[in-house]
Amino acid sequence: MFDAVLLVMLIMLAISILVGLYRAIQGPSMADRVIALDLIGIMMIALIGVVSIYLETQAFLEAILVLGILAFIGTVAFARFIERGAVIERKRD
Amino acid sequence: MKTNDVILQTVTTVTVFIILTFAAYLFFAGHHDPGGGFIGGLMIASALILLYLAFDIELIHKGLPFDYKLLMGVGMALSLLTGIGAIVLQHPFLSHTFEYVDFPFFGEIELATSVLFELGVTLAVVGATLTIILSISEDV
Repeated sequence: MFDAVLLVMLIMLAISILVGLYRAIQGPSMADRVIALDLIGIMMIALIGVVSIYLETQAFLEAILVLGILAFIGTVAFARFIERGAVIERKRD
Repeated sequence: MKTNDVILQTVTTVTVFIILTFAAYLFFAGHHDPGGGFIGGLMIASALILLYLAFDIELIHKGLPFDYKLLMGVGMALSLLTGIGAIVLQHPFLSHTFEYVDFPFFGEIELATSVLFELGVTLAVVGATLTIILSISEDV
């Protein structure tokens, strides 16, 4: 019963990743694609959480935190690239 | 128009310490749990990259005056010295040992010499990553 609930959650998370993937491919502007990639990262975090419950292990909890940090830094870097053109600035004016 | 990213800078000053704490946890957990020197070094590097993103290179270099190429060399030398130390003590190259030591406040803690090797790996990873990224962003 509980495994069936977890499988339904996995399928729904996979569907929402596919919807985000549609927006990442189709999105008319660059910001739509960045937001879609951020959403895919967050959905992957949820997917890892459900899979680690399904496999009854604690070995993936560090991967959740690492993926959260990397999604944040990647989104900030893309936002800087869209706004200024340069990701890391030599001297702030 | 002068841009103002006070939200990014405030979030960064809080988040960097969380990421560095997580990196230290990953580094010390690597002996018995998932983690280790490589991913710990990558997390330290990503905390520093977040600082470079929110502020600029010259401001961070004023606060953290590290030569990352020198850091990479120091890390590789430290990893090599743990191997040579085994030769000095009449053991094969890169033999590692561990010991359980009683500390007054923390209780019994396992001290392993492979932590020193992992520390060298961590320094090399941080140095290599930041050397690559800062030299790519040099001429913008």
